[in-house]
Amino acid sequence: MRPLTYSRAADVQDAIALATANQASAFLAGGTTEVDLIRAGISHSEHLVDINELPLRGVEDLPDGGLHIGALARMSDVARTPSVVERYPAISRALLLGASEQLRNMASLGGNLRQRTRCAYLRDGVSPCNKRELGSGCAALDGFNRGHAILGTSEHCIATHPSDVAVALVAFDAVIRTVGPDGERAIPFDDFFLLPGDTPQLEHPIALGELIVGIDVPGAPIGRGSVYLKFRDRQSYEFALVSVAAAIEVDDNLVTGVRIAMGGVGTKPWRARRAEAALVGRPANETSFRQAAAAELAEAVVREHNAFKVELAQRAMVRGLVHSLNRSQS
Amino acid sequence: MSAVGTPVTRVDGPAKVTGAAKYSAEIGLPGMTYLAVVGATIASGRVTAIDAEAARAAEGVLAVLTPEDLPKIAAEPHLLPSLVGGPAPGESFFPMQDDVVQYAGQPVALVVAEEYEQAQHAASLVRISYQPTKSITTIDEGRDQAYEAERLFGGLMPARSERGDVEAGLAAADVRVEVAYKMAANHHNPIEAPSTVATWDGGNLTLYESTQGIRATQQTVALLLGLPIARVRVITRFVGGGFGAKAMVWPNVTLTAMASRYVGRPVKLMLTRPQMFTSNGHREEQEQRIAIGATRDGQLTAIRHEKLSITSPFDDWAEPATGVSSQLYGCENYLGIHRLIKGNTMTPTFTRGPGESLGVFTLETAMDELASHLAIDPVELRLRNHTPVDPFGHPWSSDGLVECLRLGAERFGWSDRNPAPRTTRDGEWLIGTGVAAAAYPIAFFMPPQRARARIFADGSAIVQTSTQEFGTGVLTMATQVGADALGVALRDMEFQAGDSDLPNSTAAVGSAGAGMVSSAVHAAGTALREQLIALAVGDEQSALHGAAPASVKVADGHLTSAERPGAVDTYRELLSRNHMSDAEALGTWRPPPLDTPHGLLTFGAQFAEVAVDPELGLVRVRRLNGAFAPGRVLNPLLAHSQLMGGMLWGMSQALLEGNHMDPRYGRWAETNLAEYLVPVNADAPEVRVDFVDVDDELVGPLGAKGVGEIGQVGVAAAIANAVFHATGRRIRSLPMAPELVMDPAADGQ
Repeated sequence: MRPLTYSRAADVQDAIALATANQASAFLAGGTTEVDLIRAGISHSEHLVDINELPLRGVEDLPDGGLHIGALARMSDVARTPSVVERYPAISRALLLGASEQLRNMASLGGNLRQRTRCAYLRDGVSPCNKRELGSGCAALDGFNRGHAILGTSEHCIATHPSDVAVALVAFDAVIRTVGPDGERAIPFDDFFLLPGDTPQLEHPIALGELIVGIDVPGAPIGRGSVYLKFRDRQSYEFALVSVAAAIEVDDNLVTGVRIAMGGVGTKPWRARRAEAALVGRPANETSFRQAAAAELAEAVVREHNAFKVELAQRAMVRGLVHSLNRSQS
Repeated sequence: MSAVGTPVTRVDGPAKVTGAAKYSAEIGLPGMTYLAVVGATIASGRVTAIDAEAARAAEGVLAVLTPEDLPKIAAEPHLLPSLVGGPAPGESFFPMQDDVVQYAGQPVALVVAEEYEQAQHAASLVRISYQPTKSITTIDEGRDQAYEAERLFGGLMPARSERGDVEAGLAAADVRVEVAYKMAANHHNPIEAPSTVATWDGGNLTLYESTQGIRATQQTVALLLGLPIARVRVITRFVGGGFGAKAMVWPNVTLTAMASRYVGRPVKLMLTRPQMFTSNGHREEQEQRIAIGATRDGQLTAIRHEKLSITSPFDDWAEPATGVSSQLYGCENYLGIHRLIKGNTMTPTFTRGPGESLGVFTLETAMDELASHLAIDPVELRLRNHTPVDPFGHPWSSDGLVECLRLGAERFGWSDRNPAPRTTRDGEWLIGTGVAAAAYPIAFFMPPQRARARIFADGSAIVQTSTQEFGTGVLTMATQVGADALGVALRDMEFQAGDSDLPNSTAAVGSAGAGMVSSAVHAAGTALREQLIALAVGDEQSALHGAAPASVKVADGHLTSAERPGAVDTYRELLSRNHMSDAEALGTWRPPPLDTPHGLLTFGAQFAEVAVDPELGLVRVRRLNGAFAPGRVLNPLLAHSQLMGGMLWGMSQALLEGNHMDPRYGRWAETNLAEYLVPVNADAPEVRVDFVDVDDELVGPLGAKGVGEIGQVGVAAAIANAVFHATGRRIRSLPMAPELVMDPAADGQ
């Protein structure tokens, strides 16, 4: 492991100052991603600013019926917070289906949003990878790409975003709150994750020393009937082949509101806006769900080993909508 | 009262749960230094330059070693399984002798530093320049270069097995089934990474090594370094799992000894998890096909079984896949062939259920198809083809297949089954059940096995042999066997192992550990008991003086004789009267000859119930039932654990485990436990293990046939057959990943 320096921040401003002082700094929360990446030689961090003493662990009510989740709240704590379980069961479920209990006890929500792709070609440190070394190429395009994305890809990168909870959060239009050298910002969730395009090395619109302090989840009654389904080879401790967060509101058997997001298929947590648009006003049945899913996947770009995800994702989306419909009607 | 056969809990349990049990990586020595291995990133070619300047300048670095700095090995390694009892290099190749790169991950430079993290960091600073050449790392790349192997396992076994006229047998059959499978490579992934501590004292080398064979390690390192065997000592107190990864002696062990000699200090090597994928062999990528012919009533007329797999540039290695398919059922016409492709991987190696587990998978899924075609119950089809003799007409040393099939079927509730596929649903899940026979060969390639028994004047006793505990429970089992053989209470017996200075026993591989160690320990305990009985009956002061030795029984250290009702002597009093502080005896057990006129298989039967989500391709195993006939069960707790673990391995082989080569780079795609999938607790179904009692007087004095492999064999076939029963579809690749299992799209895409 590369030699590192380490300091512990006393408060948010101290954290920002410590991080800004070193161009190769990173914040250290649970460490479940950052330490891995340093060991693998992928993260270039030379200085770690430990933020674990900052008072950012709470989950609080927002006036609109939503929730504010502190950036340092641990995955396992958030998953079991009653207000989360009641108002956004998909968020709780997504957290519980992520990683392992040991990791969830350490990993923070803020850190979860900044975890990097599991693409083996990024992590092996030697294969061509535009995220690691822009211009070196993308080994995944013609490599072993079973786990790779089919939505939001570019000719430079097809790496899948691995988070589960981010999928549920993007479905509810969550907002990421940061504090940085230039003050406070509120970044809509969908804007926080950048598509690879020509710049796959850039993953978030965030500046050196800019700290995620929390996540706002707007009030959304539809969330109470939400579900999160995750499909994978083994039943725990594995990233999704495909996952779906879904919530649906129905009036007189017509869809009046719907939220759909997918994991395992996109280069970012994938809000299925086409599918949502295709469903509103339509009958709430499997035929509509299937048509909506087809609309979302119409522009999927597949490679040799991940073509199955197009069909799998559609079936998963239908399954998620059916489960959510059953839940909202029970 | 016999200790053997009782469910004694592990004697090393408290040490393991309290952390007192020291594994090789936990050995601390004054002045310890740390070794990091730099592996090649290309699969084929030459190293053209090594720039070690930055690494040498890094903090704590003691040495960066390149081929120029390392001595040449004293003898060329020649692959031979460690079971045989001699030197056992994992491959006929030793790295860092020149600039040639034969496979990715091959060591090309070594870094020694004061601290582990310093060594790892400095290793990342070594810049290697390569001149790559075209590599072959997959079957698809080398298919046109395949050749039929002559011998397997380092020349130990023939690669072709033939009797009768298989083509005529197939032609004459009423029904023929032909199936072909692709099987991805597997990596063992024990939780303990291979680790070595090497320290020199003058010309004497001591190694603390995570190995399944301490004598094999001792002999291999002595051979490669040109040392007398007596100058090399190997100590292995505990091993954190092996599964075959530690059955052979890989180059990193000798490289650690070389590094220690170079820096003049103790050196510790702990391989990283990614390095485990290129440092200790693997189960090779393979394809198997089988054609079977049968009469209308299900009698087999012919079996043709072919395996194609990829090996290293320097060894003809294939896990033998036809040892069971050639023997399990009565069938006059048989042909088994192994074809190989030379590729740029390290030499593959034993992986739990070596070879035969996939051979049985192929045979037993074909048998299921045959049962389907003939509308014969799959259990009944196997019963009809059972044979009491092996292909040479020799009776099995012990059988039990029929009883395993019947007992397993009864316990599983097989008779309730609707044979038609895709007929049972539970919500989103289709339910199916499947069966497979299981068998694994017993191989007697080992030299004589020895142990020493010693009893002290206070009645406490020890038995010693140079095996090692790698999770199987051998310390517990051998304590039980030693206590019974000597005739002392369990509390008075201690079993010691883990040191090459102790009497010889061969590497614990191929399910041979229990049989060999128990036989040697039994021989030693018995020899000492007989010595002490002779002492007693010849001792004028003994109450048993003059009794016939054969009439004397010993239990809990008390000697009695039916000839002398009421008369008792004890080991303690006997030793004390004779002014002996202790007594000891060596015991030797010689395995039966290779040409023993007996069929040698361990039998079992596997039953599985699966739930399949046909839309999403998910397979969840709900129940596994195994019935086994492993001979004498020395400790039912340990045997149950081994068999259950094996069955979960089989489930993993069916559904999860597979690694893939990226042929462009010749590197494995999955090199950590997040991407290379093994089951987690959530995947584990209800597992039931039942035993069928069989007496076996051939395999050793205690009649134990071993339980290390048989639990794994047949499970994948039972699961695959259950998936067919659930869905009506046959999946032709392992692992059976969701994309293979999910129903095809309605539009055919």
